[in-house]
This record gives sequence, structure tokens and C-alpha cells, in this order.
Amino acid sequence: MWTTIEQIFPYAIAYTIPLLITALGALFSERSGVVNIGLDGLMIVGSFIGAFVIFKMQAQWPGQSWVLWVGLLAAAAASALFSLLHAFASINLSANQIISGTAINMIAGALTIFLARNITGSGKISITSGFKSFDVPVLSKIPVIGDLFFTKTYATTWLVLLVLVLSALILYRTPFGLRLRSCGEHPHAAEAAGIKVQSMRYVGVMISGAFSGLGGAVILLTYSGEFTGNVAGLGFLALASLIFGQWKPLGILLATLFFGFATTVANVSQVIPSLAVIPPVILKIFPYIVTLIALVIFSKSSNAPKAVGEPFDSGKR
Amino acid sequence: MNNSVKSLLAVLFGLIAGALLMALTGHNPVEGYKYLIQGGLKNPERIGNTLATATPLILTGLSVAFAFRTGLFNIGAAGQMLFGGFCATAVGLSLDLPRALLLLVMVLVGFIGGALWAVVPGFLKAKYNVHEVVSTIMMNWTAYWTVYYVIPGYFKGASLETESRQLPPEAMLHQQWLSDMFQGSYVNLGLFIAVIAVLVVAFLINKTTLGYELKAVGFNRHASEYAGIAVKRSIVLSMFISGGLAGLAGVAQYTGNASSMQIGILPSQGFDGIAVALLGINAPIGVLVSALFFGILYSGRGFMSAMTEIPPEIADSIIAIIIYFAATSILIERLYRKLKLRRAANKKQGE
Repeated sequence: MWTTIEQIFPYAIAYTIPLLITALGALFSERSGVVNIGLDGLMIVGSFIGAFVIFKMQAQWPGQSWVLWVGLLAAAAASALFSLLHAFASINLSANQIISGTAINMIAGALTIFLARNITGSGKISITSGFKSFDVPVLSKIPVIGDLFFTKTYATTWLVLLVLVLSALILYRTPFGLRLRSCGEHPHAAEAAGIKVQSMRYVGVMISGAFSGLGGAVILLTYSGEFTGNVAGLGFLALASLIFGQWKPLGILLATLFFGFATTVANVSQVIPSLAVIPPVILKIFPYIVTLIALVIFSKSSNAPKAVGEPFDSGKR
Repeated sequence: MNNSVKSLLAVLFGLIAGALLMALTGHNPVEGYKYLIQGGLKNPERIGNTLATATPLILTGLSVAFAFRTGLFNIGAAGQMLFGGFCATAVGLSLDLPRALLLLVMVLVGFIGGALWAVVPGFLKAKYNVHEVVSTIMMNWTAYWTVYYVIPGYFKGASLETESRQLPPEAMLHQQWLSDMFQGSYVNLGLFIAVIAVLVVAFLINKTTLGYELKAVGFNRHASEYAGIAVKRSIVLSMFISGGLAGLAGVAQYTGNASSMQIGILPSQGFDGIAVALLGINAPIGVLVSALFFGILYSGRGFMSAMTEIPPEIADSIIAIIIYFAATSILIERLYRKLKLRRAANKKQGE
């Protein structure tokens, strides 16, 4: 049993990290008052741009690892730019944010494959190598904890965990975080206090875009290795994690870990004797059913930002 | 500005953007569109195939539009369609009945399968105020994995692990005279189901008390409650009907256009239904027209990519861009108003 846990732990973490960073981005967006259902599309854009940039640069500089970091950066920048479409529609035009987000998902899904086909013909872009997993020196020698948390880790895992801590600090310990959150709770009061609600919401959506782009690229660089035109619905799962985690950084971490472990267990259940007795379909649908139940439990005391999803109209009182 | 004008402008801009895309990737847009339209409408067979392609889109579009009209955002049409189609296929593979009766049972079971899949989010919304967008997405994946394991487990195909058995001919919506009329196209009775559904839904929302009540709940839940409408029952019922329509789309797709079910695919028609509904301004007739338009794009793209170098995903891209323009049509309206004001001001100056 212990060895199985040890074995699946690194995979579960690898699966959790892209979800975590994407859900964290959505936290900024929703805390500023904009629902972002386009996470899936933004991840796809990140995965595409990351794959494209790295594919081109690996041909130029084979075997260089700095290329991967450039790819990550490009993915984040591209998705942040792409999220402007959503920001413009939902902030300037007061469009229905769910429809706009759906349009983002559809455009990203179609356009990236269209472009990828123009580049490679098959619509898939493979990179020759991603990040290599490594054991953290010294720390991985600690009994128990070392085996679970510090072996077979990716550089991006530590980056995302750092971003998590920084995000929590920024949102709850800085004036900027307070302003951003006030725009999602009571935008009119925020405006009266001199905060530019629309600019704050733009920042929220763009952070969400950049983080989703990172999420998409992390999938590519850790466990998938190729762009295929989708991210297996992880963007929607990230959205569910945000709600499951009750719009709090720590809650999001726990929710994404739950999804990461539940999915990994379901994926490997057939090779583990003690799990193989459970029909795989139960394990596969388990996370989704639990989310539904969690939504019911949290429905009484939802911590959702009060003004999330509502277009801001300065003249309305 | 009229809503249908807005939709038409969105289509126009979408097509222009598609042309730009083709030009930017080094293809000839005029040729692309020529072959795209030819591929959809060149001869009776292709027209029939376009109608068949449009059939599930009409039904999912109707499903999403109906939910919209009653204030619900049904993003789970894909899962409902999959599960409805799965139920119909299961019946078609297991029951041995006279053809007319069998088809009737399959359609009914497909409707109920889709409807039940949507009732869960409807109930959660009515009773616990759980937002239907998240719950329907969870239901989508639940349907995906359920079908993923049940088909190989109980309805496994002869050769492939990832497919169900072929439906026997009498359990399919295929009809010989219809195929003959369209010179060998795979258009089938599903088209009639779709058209009937359009008429029934149009009648239901516009001419009946029930439709009025459902719409009222969509406009203002609290006012409706005050007026004595059973709000919770209405929400569940709306989702039931919406899901049932998506289930019918599954029947049309899996027992009409196809003859077996593949696992591991959430039907794209479910998400396209959102596009169809939005472009069709959530009106049944609008849904019919926009589904036919998307049908041309989807059915013509294969011919286009065979005749040119343009990847078939151009059709999906155009549809997605149209939806973005439809969602932001307020921009066009603002520009139009500004233009009008300026013209009025110019006139005054002239006088």
C-alpha cells in the first residue's frame, strides 16, 4: 500500500499543478467581479503558443532548457492577450460573461487547431523534450515527507507553489489586493473610494489569462509533451475547483489536490490490486459527483464575491 | 436595431474574419468559400447530408434556447445528448419490436434519458440554488465516463473495443425513400423529429400558459413567485424539457446519422448548440435557420479541405468568431447609434 501511495504521489502532484495555477488565475478574475468560464480556451491557447514557440526554438537550439522557460513566458503572455477579448466584452460592453467565456472557449479550440494544421499538417505539435523531474537535494532524504513531496518534482511545481503563496499575500496583504477584492464585492463603493473598477477588472481578467496560459503550458511541459487541441476539460475542472475551494487560495489548493488525487487514482486503479475491485467507472465519476455534493453543501454559506458576473454600471445605484 | 439584423451582421463579420484567416495563412478565401458552399449544396446528395448534419444542431440549439428563454444556461447539452443517444442505442440493440413501435420507444427513451440527465442540475438549482453552469459541466463528464465504460461492458462491437455494436437496420432512423429522394444521402427521419420539435417548442413557449409561466420565471424569479407560479417546479420542468430536446439530438445523431456509438467523445454538437441558440436569438425558427447555416459550414468543410489546402477547422473557427460577434453585438449597436446622432447633427448644421 505504502509503495503505491509513494508511486502515485508524483503523478497526482503533476496533474494538480496546472489545475491549481489556472484556478488561482480565475480567483483574481472572479474576485474582481468577472466570471471567467473561458479558462479552458485560455489554457488551450497557452498550450498551443507554448508548443509552437518551443517547437521552433528547439529546432534552433536543441537540448537547451532555457528554451522551455521562454515557452512558458510566451504562453502566459499570449493567453493574457487573448483574455482581453473576454475582458473587453464583459467589462466595456457589459456582455453576458458566460456567453463571452463560451465564445472564448470555442474560438481557442477551433483557431489553435486550424493554425496547428497549417504548421504541421496533423494539427498536433510535439516538443522534443519537456521539463525533467528531479529529486530535491537534501530534502528528498527526509523519511516519509521526502519520498512524497521532494522526489520526482518538476521545476514548474515549485514555481506554481511560489505563485500560490505570492497570490495569497497580494490578495489579502496589499492595498492592491484589497482594491481588487472590493471591486468584486461592491463595485459602487469601490468607485466611490476612488478605485477605477474597470481597470481593476481588466487586471483581474488578464492575470487569469496569464495563469491559465501557464497552466496549459505546464501540462505540455510536464506530462503531455504535445499540443493536441484540447486540455481534456481541465479548464472547467479548474472552475469547479475555484467554487469547491470557496474562492480562497488555501481552499483552491485543497480542491485541486482532491481532483489531482481522485483522477490519478482512477487512472492507475487497474494496475493496483486493492483498487481493481472497484469498477473503474465509479472511480472516474467520483470527483464529479463529489463536486456536485460539495456544491449542495456550500450552497447555504457561499463565499462567492457578491458582485461576480454583474456588469458594472457606474450610473446604477 | 432589430435582433435578426444583429445576427446577420455577426455572420457577416464572422465570414469576413474567416476570409482574413484564410488569407493570412496563405490560402485563397474566394476559392475557400466557393468550395465550402459547393460542398454543402452542390447536388441533392450534399444537400441531404447538410440537412442531416444540421439535424442534431437544430435539437441541441433548441435545447439551449429553451433553457435560455426560461432563464437557465444549459451548458450540459453535450452530456444530455450523449446519454439520451446512449439510452436510445441501448434500447435499439436490446429490444425486438416491430419497427414503428421500436423507433417510437427509442425516441421516447432518448428524450427521457436526456431529460433525466438535465433534471439533476435543475433540481439542484431549484432546491439548493446551485448554479447550473457548473453542475451541468459535472454532469457532462459523468455522462462521458458512464458511456465510456458501459458500452464496452455491455454493448461491445464485433471488432473494436471503442465502439458499440452496429444497430440493426430496423432500429435506425434511416429511411430508404428519403435517401432515394436525396440521391443516396444519409438524411433520415431525425430531420422530421427536429422540425416537429421546433414547431412544438414554438407553440409551447409562445401560445401556452405553461410556456408563459416558464418564461416569467426566467425573467424574474421573485415576481413570478409573488404571482403564484410554482417557481421550483418550473425550473425543474424547464431543465427536463431542455434536456429531453438534447436527448433527441442524441437519438438523431447516434441512431440516424451514425449506426453505432463511439466512446471517449463528448459530442461537439452540444457546445455548438449554444452557438446555434445565440445566433438564432433563442427563437425556435431562428434556431432552425442558424442550425441549417452551421450545417452548410460543417458539411461543406470536408469538400473544401479536399479541394484546397485549407484545414477543415476553418468552419469551427468561423462559427466561434460569429458567436463572439453575436455576444458583443452591443458594440455594433453603439456605433450605429453614434452614426445616427452624427448624421442628425450634420443635418442640423446644414439647415
